[in-house]
Amino acid sequence: MRTDNLIAAKQFCIYHEVEHTFITELQQAGLVEVTVVDQDYYIPESELQKLEKLTRLHNELEINTAGIEAISYLLQRLEDIQEEMRQLRNKLNAYE
Amino acid sequence: MAFIDYYKVLGLDKTASDKDIKNAYRKLARKYHPDLNPNDAEANKKFQQLNEANEVLSDPEKRKKYDKYGENWQHGDAYDQARQQQQSQQRSYGGGGAQGFDFEGFGSGDNFSDFFQSMFGGGGGASSRGRQVRYRGQDYNAELQLNLNQIAETHKQTLTVNGKNIRITIPAGVENGQTIKIAGHGGPGANGGPGGDLYIKFLVSDDPRFRRQGADLFAIAKIDIYTSVLGGELTIETLTGKVKLQVKPETQNGTKVKLKGKGLPVYKKEGQHGDLYITYEVQIPTNLTDKQKQLFEELAKSS
Repeated sequence: MRTDNLIAAKQFCIYHEVEHTFITELQQAGLVEVTVVDQDYYIPESELQKLEKLTRLHNELEINTAGIEAISYLLQRLEDIQEEMRQLRNKLNAYE
Repeated sequence: MAFIDYYKVLGLDKTASDKDIKNAYRKLARKYHPDLNPNDAEANKKFQQLNEANEVLSDPEKRKKYDKYGENWQHGDAYDQARQQQQSQQRSYGGGGAQGFDFEGFGSGDNFSDFFQSMFGGGGGASSRGRQVRYRGQDYNAELQLNLNQIAETHKQTLTVNGKNIRITIPAGVENGQTIKIAGHGGPGANGGPGGDLYIKFLVSDDPRFRRQGADLFAIAKIDIYTSVLGGELTIETLTGKVKLQVKPETQNGTKVKLKGKGLPVYKKEGQHGDLYITYEVQIPTNLTDKQKQLFEELAKSS
């Protein structure tokens, strides 16, 4: 069984100066996983990197949740394409 | 150390208002933000320049100093000293005068150019805009150069990352450009947050002997025309040592033979190996003697 440290969502919100609803909206959009224990929200450590990235987009670039959702899909596609490009480049190098 | 035109970085001129600066920064930050440009070092660099330009131009005191010295920033201190001397003289005669600005105490920070450090004596200010605020520690990125022999078998290497030695396992068969994550070996977290991760990108250099495609290797073996026609034995190099190959009689130029399992190990598949493909390249003899020419002519007539 996989074990994961949990970070209290409240603590995250204070540190990053975001509303709690921001996290619940991201959860509803399926962008982050949140664990609920005794009605309190917790963020698994494995989700923290993703959540911090989305928070930066929100805080630093003033992008709302709908925008973040669209960006997340596009970024995933971009990363997939970058990976495909890396593999193709390696193949191409073999012929040069 | 070159002068940096912060106005140009933000696409503005010197008359830009605070609002213009804010808008220009915001617009360009959306374009070059590292989170929107994964694996793009150029965008990252540009974003750092933007942050620096914003740091200076959005702070009235820093902007004033920057505007005052401009391209003559290197002589700024000498200018200040001369001016202060003049002021103290004035004061001793009962004269007044504005005090020079104190640009110390902005704290230390990374990601600022030498020009910035030299002019403002330290890192960024208190502005949170553009700072990558994190609870979790920062991720570190490193590159590791390897050659084909080093990826022929799984081995361990000790790397020094930010003064700390860490021993990592380099799996056999890693691809050029492939990245592995070493969890928890990045920067420390803030306020009890978890540490960041260390990402190591493997750069596998080309080998003059072999061309690589996944786990398969390709090589060219030159054979003389006599071996090509009559057959013979040939010693070739593989990643794991030399092997003897039997060249069949009447082997055509460009013929390919496969040496099963003599390629690279397949990544993360224990015991599986790619193949080594050898392509024969028949060498036509040059500088023939009269006797050799005669023999070739006889051959030509007989066919």
